[in-house]
Amino acid sequence: MTNNLLIKAENVGIQFGGLKAVQNVNMYLNKGELIGLIGPNGAGKTTTFNMLTGVYQPTEGAITFDGKKINGLKPYQVTKLGISRTFQNIRLFKDLSVLDNVKVANHNLAKHSIVSSIFRLPSHFSGEKKMEEESLAFLKIFGLDVYKDELAKNLPYGMQRRLEIARALAANPKLLLLDEPAAGMNPQETHDLMELIAFIRKEFGLTILLIEHDMHLVMGICERIYVLDHGQLIADGTPTEIRNNPKVIEAYLGEEVVD
Amino acid sequence: MKKSKSFWGYCLLALVIYAVVQLSISMQLLDLYYQNMLITMCINIMLAVSLHIVIGITGQFSIGHAGFLAVGAYLSAVATMKLGLPFPIAILIGAVVAALAGLLVGIPTLRLKGDYLAIATLGFAEIIRIVFLNVDYVGGAAGMVVNHMSTWTYAFIGVVITILVISNFTNSRHGRGCIAIREDEIAADAMGINTTYYKVIAFAIGSFFAGLAGAIYAHNFYIIQPTTFGFLKSFDILIYVVLGGLGSLSGSVLAAILLTVVSTYLANFPETRMIIYSLVLIIVMLYRPTGLMGTKEITDLFKIGKKGGSKA
Repeated sequence: MTNNLLIKAENVGIQFGGLKAVQNVNMYLNKGELIGLIGPNGAGKTTTFNMLTGVYQPTEGAITFDGKKINGLKPYQVTKLGISRTFQNIRLFKDLSVLDNVKVANHNLAKHSIVSSIFRLPSHFSGEKKMEEESLAFLKIFGLDVYKDELAKNLPYGMQRRLEIARALAANPKLLLLDEPAAGMNPQETHDLMELIAFIRKEFGLTILLIEHDMHLVMGICERIYVLDHGQLIADGTPTEIRNNPKVIEAYLGEEVVD
Repeated sequence: MKKSKSFWGYCLLALVIYAVVQLSISMQLLDLYYQNMLITMCINIMLAVSLHIVIGITGQFSIGHAGFLAVGAYLSAVATMKLGLPFPIAILIGAVVAALAGLLVGIPTLRLKGDYLAIATLGFAEIIRIVFLNVDYVGGAAGMVVNHMSTWTYAFIGVVITILVISNFTNSRHGRGCIAIREDEIAADAMGINTTYYKVIAFAIGSFFAGLAGAIYAHNFYIIQPTTFGFLKSFDILIYVVLGGLGSLSGSVLAAILLTVVSTYLANFPETRMIIYSLVLIIVMLYRPTGLMGTKEITDLFKIGKKGGSKA
C-alpha cells in the first residue's frame, strides 16, 4: 500500500484567528483512485482543497505528496509537483481566448527563457508551437476546439466548467482536485461530465479528489468517500457504507427523533 | 510563416516612418519646434509602453513610473557629463540602473495589491526624487546641465526597441503568464505561474524602458531638475496608458501621440491649456470608457473575426 500512496494528510488543521475551520483531517489517496469529499455547506471542503494546493498554509499537521512534504510550499510549486485544481466559483482568465487559457496552464511544459522570447530565438518558436499543439489536443478532448478563439467569458456556463477542467489538466497533474464540477449543471450535462471524468482518469492515469453536492454523481463514480462536517472528518468508506452511516445521515438531515 | 511576414511588414513601416521624417529634417522641412515635438512624442511613447507592461499586461497598478524616468535621466547625464562616456553607453547605463532600481522597488512592493501598491510605488518614486534633490553631485535642486545629444534617430530607435521587446515579451508564454496574473492572480498561481517572479520581471522591464526614455529625455532639454520627475509626471504617463485602453499596446502608443500633439499645440494658450487638456481627457473617457482601443490592438482591426492578434 505504501508505494501506491500518492497523497497523505495527517492531522491537518487550520485556524483563522479564533476559528478552527478544519481540524484533525486524516486522509490518503492511492494512485489511480477517484475519491469523493462531501459534507454540508460550510463543512470545510474547499478549505481542505485550499490547504492541499498551498493557497492556505495549514496551521497544524503535515501533507505529503509523492513522498515529499508539501505544506509550506506556494501554490505554483505545488502545481509543478503535480497537483492541479478547478475552482468552485469559476476562475477562468475571462479576457483571454479559450486556447490561451489552456496555454497559461501549459506554462511549464515549454522551457524557453524570457531572453529567447524577446529576441525570438528558435527555442521560442519550437516551445510555443509545442504549447499550442498540446493545448489544442486538450481542447479537442473536451470538445472545446471549435471555441478556441472565443473569449472565455463568452462561453456558455457548462462549457466554462469544462474549460476549467481542461485547463487544470493542461498543468500536467498527477492528482486532480475538482471543486464542485457539476454545480449548476442540468442532469444531462452532469451525466456527460461523469463520463468525461471517467475518461480523462483512464486516459491520463489520474488520481482524482472530487467535491460534489450531487449525490447521484458522487455515489455513482467514487470508490471511496470522505465526509466532512463542522471542519472534522466524520466518516469515510465506500458509497454504500456512507449511505448507511448514521453520523452522515445526521449531518445532512439532522438527528432522529426518538420518543 | 504568416506571422513573420507581418513582422517584416512592421519593420518596413517603421523604416518608412523613420526615412520620411529623417528626410524632412535633412531637407529642413521640419524646424526645431517640430523636431522637438517628435522627440518628445517618442519619449512619451516609450514611457507609455513601458508602463503598459506593468499596468496593462500584468495588472499591477504602479503610479511611480516617473521615479525610474528620473533614474535613467540622472544616471545617463552623469555618464555623459561627468564621466565623459559616449551617449549610447550612457543610455544603456541609464536603462540598466533604472531596471535595477525597478527590481529593488518591485521586490518588496509587489506583494501589495491594488491601492496599497499604488501608494507604495508613489512613495518610492518620491524617495528617488528626493535623493536626487539632495545629492549635490548632480546639482541638487538647481538641477544638472546636460548637453543636447538626443536626435530623432536615437529617439526613434528607442521607440522601436521598446515596442519590439515588449510586444515580443507579451506574445510568449511569459507574457501570457503576466496576463493571467492580471486576470486572476489566484488562478494563475494555481496553474503553476510563479506570480511574484513575473510581477517583478514585468516591473523591471518596464523600469528598464522608462530609464531608456529618461536618458533620451535628459539629453533633449539641456537641463534636468528633480521637480520635473514629481508625481504629476507619473500621472501623465498613467493617463497615456488608461486613455489608450488598459491592455492595449497600440492604444497606449496612440494616446501618447495624441496627447503629445494636444499639449504641444496648447502651449500657445497657456491660460486655458490645462482646462482644454482636462476636457479632452473627460470627453474621451465619457465616450470611450475603456480607453481609445479597449483591450484590442490596432492589428485586430485589420483581421476581423480573429481575436488575440499579435504584433510580431
